Amino acid sequence: MPAVQDTIDRVKAIDVDQYKYGFETILEMEKAPKGLNEDVIRFISAKKDEPEWMLEWRLEAYRRWLTMQEPSWARVSYPKIDFNDLYYYAAPKMNEAPKSLDEVDPEILKAYEKLGIPLREQEILAGVEPKNRVAVDAVFDSVSVATTFKKELAEAGVIFCSISEAIREHPELVKKYLASVVPVSDNFYATLNSAVFTDGSFVYIPPGVRCPMELSTYFRINEKNTGQFERTLIIADKGSYVSYLEGCTAPQRDENQLHAAVVELVALDDAEIKYSTVQNWYPGDSEGKGGIYNFVTKRGDCRGKNSIITWTQVETGSAITWKYPSCILRGDGSRGEFYSIAVSNGRQQIDSGTKMIHLGKNTTSRIISKGISAGQSENTYRGLVSAHRKASGARNFTNCDSLLIGDRCGAHTVPYIESKNASAVFEHEATTSKISEDQLFYCMQRGLDEEEAVALIVNGFVKDVLQKLPMEFAVEAQKLISISLEGSVG
Amino acid sequence: MADVQKFKTAAETGLAERFSQARASLPGDAAARATAFARFTDSGLPHRRVEEWKYTDLRAAMREAAPLAGKLDDKAAAAAIAGATRFAEIDAVRIAIVNGHVAASASDLGALPAGVEITTLSQALAEGHPLLASLGAIPEAADNVAYALNAAFMTDGVVIRVAAGAKVEKPLHLRFVIDGEASATATRTLALVEEGASVTLIESHECADGVAHQPNDVLEIVARDDTKVEHLRIDAHGDAALALSTLTAYLGARVAFDTLNLVTGPALMRHQVYMTFAGDHTTGAVRGATMVTGRQHADTTLYVNHVAPHCESRELFKTVIDGDATGVFQGKIAVARTAQKTDGKMMSSAVLLSEGGTMNNKPELEIFADDVLCAHGATCGQLDDDLLFYLMARGIPRPEAEALLLESFLGETVEEAVGEENETMRETLMAPIRAWLSARG
Amino acid sequence: MLEIKNLVVEIEGKRILDGLNLSVNNGEVAAIMGPNGSGKSTLSYIVAGKEDYDILDGEVLLDGENILEMDPAERAVKGVFLAFQYPLEIPGVATMTFLKAALNAQRKARGETELTTPDFIKRVNAAADKLEIPREMLRRALNVGFSGGEKKRMEILQMALFQPRFCILDETDSGLDIDALRVVADGVNALRSPDRTFLVITHYQRLLEHIVPDTVHVMANGKVVKSGGKELAVELEANGYADYKAQEAA
Repeated sequence: MPAVQDTIDRVKAIDVDQYKYGFETILEMEKAPKGLNEDVIRFISAKKDEPEWMLEWRLEAYRRWLTMQEPSWARVSYPKIDFNDLYYYAAPKMNEAPKSLDEVDPEILKAYEKLGIPLREQEILAGVEPKNRVAVDAVFDSVSVATTFKKELAEAGVIFCSISEAIREHPELVKKYLASVVPVSDNFYATLNSAVFTDGSFVYIPPGVRCPMELSTYFRINEKNTGQFERTLIIADKGSYVSYLEGCTAPQRDENQLHAAVVELVALDDAEIKYSTVQNWYPGDSEGKGGIYNFVTKRGDCRGKNSIITWTQVETGSAITWKYPSCILRGDGSRGEFYSIAVSNGRQQIDSGTKMIHLGKNTTSRIISKGISAGQSENTYRGLVSAHRKASGARNFTNCDSLLIGDRCGAHTVPYIESKNASAVFEHEATTSKISEDQLFYCMQRGLDEEEAVALIVNGFVKDVLQKLPMEFAVEAQKLISISLEGSVG
Repeated sequence: MADVQKFKTAAETGLAERFSQARASLPGDAAARATAFARFTDSGLPHRRVEEWKYTDLRAAMREAAPLAGKLDDKAAAAAIAGATRFAEIDAVRIAIVNGHVAASASDLGALPAGVEITTLSQALAEGHPLLASLGAIPEAADNVAYALNAAFMTDGVVIRVAAGAKVEKPLHLRFVIDGEASATATRTLALVEEGASVTLIESHECADGVAHQPNDVLEIVARDDTKVEHLRIDAHGDAALALSTLTAYLGARVAFDTLNLVTGPALMRHQVYMTFAGDHTTGAVRGATMVTGRQHADTTLYVNHVAPHCESRELFKTVIDGDATGVFQGKIAVARTAQKTDGKMMSSAVLLSEGGTMNNKPELEIFADDVLCAHGATCGQLDDDLLFYLMARGIPRPEAEALLLESFLGETVEEAVGEENETMRETLMAPIRAWLSARG
Repeated sequence: MLEIKNLVVEIEGKRILDGLNLSVNNGEVAAIMGPNGSGKSTLSYIVAGKEDYDILDGEVLLDGENILEMDPAERAVKGVFLAFQYPLEIPGVATMTFLKAALNAQRKARGETELTTPDFIKRVNAAADKLEIPREMLRRALNVGFSGGEKKRMEILQMALFQPRFCILDETDSGLDIDALRVVADGVNALRSPDRTFLVITHYQRLLEHIVPDTVHVMANGKVVKSGGKELAVELEANGYADYKAQEAA
């Protein structure tokens, strides 16, 4: 049982608190004035050296946002957020945008090293098989500090850069696709994001190109009282393929911090996008103090025929998660997949799931969700599967399983299944149970202690989903899950 | 949303007028009625943005408030009852409720089986009958608009007490009929089944096609420890009716409770079931078969609440949708921290037969206890092509093959609800299913 | 007489039958043999009228009448009977109810009177006894919880009851032990008659030792590639399908 032994060792190595990414990097920062108004938006836009149309777009979003109300339907509760008590822009101070890593503040590079994300290509290259290479866009608070392997990707025709750079360098693509999946006024947080987003990643894969390596963005919130509003846009042109990974961490702080991202995916004819997330924002302490509010809108548009979008997520962090990565199955024969592991412990609250909107003919979707609740947490799966009148031959299979560890947590399942087409076939199944006493006994009889046995069984419970992650991520996610559940037994 | 609330629809205004006209003549505690009506006025008729009513926009469906039905004289009531056919072949104690009032002359109130006491609700309300204390056993229902409107308007119904230990052999048949012009009725029935007793309650709802009646019926069952209660209901309201119904079942320990609802009739139906497991080692089964066509809309909404440990709940719902009709199933199994060892299973299956049909399923689990086994499933789609092919390859023409498969699909609910020995009851319940299927072919 | 002329069939763009020709006379038992994937089961489904196939060309004639435009029930009325390789389970429909519905539907469509219940029960029981099917099984839902062998016997029972003119047995021997195989074969042999046609589809020669065919046809690549007498089956058993697969590869 090497994996389990490793988990146990790692857990032992960590102090009372299990969050190992809670360190803070001390840097000189440049911030926008606290609060939100049109001047702050002008400030952000100017900092980003944006064209006029982008500023207008942001202001328009801001005015819409002022008329909107915070959603209240999710099963999460938190004190009212004062949106004027936040910083909307915070960036490490530098005179000019760094042209190479040598110009990046060494403290930042150290921070990423500590997180296990090397940014120097030569370091990545050393001892790594070329096929396992991952290109990284590193977003630190409000700005992208580095993007690796840009040159090599460019040779394949792939554009991988920060969204700020894309707005300057590829305005035609940004104009065409930005907000084409998540409209500006889609929801409260998406609209806020549209007004104030500071950075994020942009990916364009040209027709027929299979992206030569995994792409990845690593988000780090460092600064206090700062909201992170990133915006990611990925376009897979006809017949192309890309696999994209997203990771995130934040320092341990007593205050709550807001993260409101928007991710848009567009898959044209016969294109495929795999989007994987390991979400490990600071979850707060065991009493529920601190932690990130993670209010995220992620949506993929299978715009072309036979296109495929797969969302895989491992959610272990954040005090509150409000997140529904969705697929609009517009192209005939398109396919959407959602694989999720959501682990909640302590006082965490997770309300997450997906939407599969079948619009085209012979569209298929698959949802596998595994929720694990421990401590005093609340874990809700909320999902929608719908077939519109024209979606003949649509197929969905949904499986939601929840596992409860201890009797002070909650596990909830709220699926909406709507069919307006007789030839659409939808199957949904959900179960809630606890870890079987028989399984536990069996493992313990074979010499595992209770915690090890639980870790083993939980890993079995989530295996279907873990297998959907790229290899290195899967190992990391498995360890993360075990650590997240540390202290939940007994 | 606040600004939307201020605007009152014709039906909302109408209900307020009807209430102010009727309140003086309605029996019982006027203050309680006013409180219930205030609950309605606070929220108005529910619409799509009210989560519980997401799929049934009552505000849009209810165009106007029909006048409260008037009480018929004995002769007219007898004539109205004569047209009622459901469960007629079952040997039962009949209680006729015509236009929202008990028709004593058409009922067997004088010849009740041993251990059964029945009082009319209007009388019980007027004299403040002590049994009424058992009403409202499930407080969650009180916030429901259909239930609140019923509490404000209820005219009559019956209060049934089945004495401790009584084994009532003959079913008690509540026979609801509405006659005459389009009108609204609000009935409330309480069945208190005392320790160790057993009883079968059957309920039929009938009114003419083409008349836009608005019945709102509530049946509250309180089953004390060690009881066995069976409830069978046929909703055969006419095709223009807008029917609201609520069943509450408050179950003690070691109870065996079963309910089945068959729906073919109304233009719009909302059937709500609140079932609370208050005592341990109880089993409760809620089943339903719904057949809709044309522009019909049928909504079944369940709230299954496990409070006590070691209970078992089973829910099985079948829906067949033809024409441009809509089926809705919402079912929530909630398990409180105290309800360890709960075993809950819920299944909703729907078959769409036509291009224009819609099915909305929302099965929910809300679990706070860790040592439980809960599951729900939902399917919707067409009839299985392979099965159809097999039957047709044996020479059975498509319409008959479909009918055969649909009959077994829907019939499973009857099969489970009624024991094999009770052939007459099974046939009685299968009759509306077969009739609907043959009318279709 | 059953005639299949130049039948070309695809499913999702994949050619399954590719110009198949076959004719079986009244009273004849024709065996269809061939490697897996040669299109044998597709042939049986096409004759019985299953949808999901694209028929690009050809005809299936019963006594000279093309049946390809008919739905499965109409074909059954014409006397087509397919004993399924995997008989379906139909929960909630009692076997007796099903048999009666099917038999009477066929009789009605042919303009015959429906059977009275006692007459019907007598016939079913007689057929069941011959096939060693316990009466209790007839009361259960059709094929639900039946073993593989029981399902196959139930297929033959239906054949005996409906008295079809064109019988297609699709891999009826699969999943049968030797005793069940004998019972099933006896049931089939009892039905052989000068005006009944059989198409026996099988991968192995084993079944043909019990149901001795008049003709044997070998299918490969969606066509009949060789026809002969019963000795052809024996030859195949000895040499296998390797020769025919080689042809495919070529």
